[in-house]
Amino acid sequence: MERKILEALNAARSARRAAVTVSDLAGGSGLIYLEGDDCPETWRAAVGRALQSGKAGIVDTEQGSFFLNVYLPPPRIVVIGAVHISQALAQLAPVAGFDLTIIDPRTAFATPERFAGVELIAEWPEDALKERPLDRFTALVAVTHDPKIDDEPIRAALAAGCFYVGALGSRKTHATRVERLRRAGASDAEIGRIRAPIGLDIAAASPAEIAVAILAEIIEALRRRDTSQIKGAIA
Amino acid sequence: MLAAKNVLDPLDIAEAWVREGREVAIATVIETWGSAPRPVGSHLVIDGEGNFQGSVSGGCVEGAVITEAADVIASGAPKVLDFGVADETAWRVGLSCGGRIRVLVERVDG
Repeated sequence: MERKILEALNAARSARRAAVTVSDLAGGSGLIYLEGDDCPETWRAAVGRALQSGKAGIVDTEQGSFFLNVYLPPPRIVVIGAVHISQALAQLAPVAGFDLTIIDPRTAFATPERFAGVELIAEWPEDALKERPLDRFTALVAVTHDPKIDDEPIRAALAAGCFYVGALGSRKTHATRVERLRRAGASDAEIGRIRAPIGLDIAAASPAEIAVAILAEIIEALRRRDTSQIKGAIA
Repeated sequence: MLAAKNVLDPLDIAEAWVREGREVAIATVIETWGSAPRPVGSHLVIDGEGNFQGSVSGGCVEGAVITEAADVIASGAPKVLDFGVADETAWRVGLSCGGRIRVLVERVDG
């Protein structure tokens, strides 16, 4: 592998961009393609498949055998709401291998004391997400109960193709949320992707138990996601 | 957790080693059959002194890969290594789990 490919790959991974490397098993020079960048005709189909499936493997061509490796960004959880459930979720998420960020404009909730060691952004979600946009490798968890804070990131998560979008609230609360989202232009298919009531049904009662139910639902969404439907691969 | 870089990430380590002027080889699992401890795409990185980080198996074949990496670093020519089931009577290097893997070893150049 050439040094410049290694450096480009590490830069892409650090910027949360999906990348595919192509290694010639006969020893020829290697290549790297980043998701969304132009990819020559020869490799377009194979690179697109690799990005969609996330699966690395050998591709045999008339020019020889090549190994395509795929580097997808690590899954990340963005939590809207620095509430009691979020405190438990912030402790559980790293154990299961997720990066986690909490966003809440209410400075009474978003205090470093309540969230020691956690990435915490005390801003409106619209502003915070401008800095680090949602992507399809991100799970969005909206738990403030406040439409003024929750609704906009939920819409943004649906538009970005987040692999998981969950929203706290009773069925009644969710019904009124659905009406607002529909008025704001969300399609039925998008609205159908919202997990509400949030979390797998394990009869969770305490905030920590609800956090476990949410994390389990996120893991299920990640592992069972339909990679054939993923948007954004090289066309 | 704060978005700190994973200090055990083999490719980040490889880049840091190269920056320090060390010679580096990257080993990658390119094919697996049956039960294999690490999935296709997993990396082990090795420097010219035999220091290594990451893994291509559960520790079964790393020793052999590190030995081969010294050749790859010396010659610059990549190698594809095959490892099958361990043959206990012959003390051959292999996978005790019964699987087979192929590993590409290439030098970082440039």
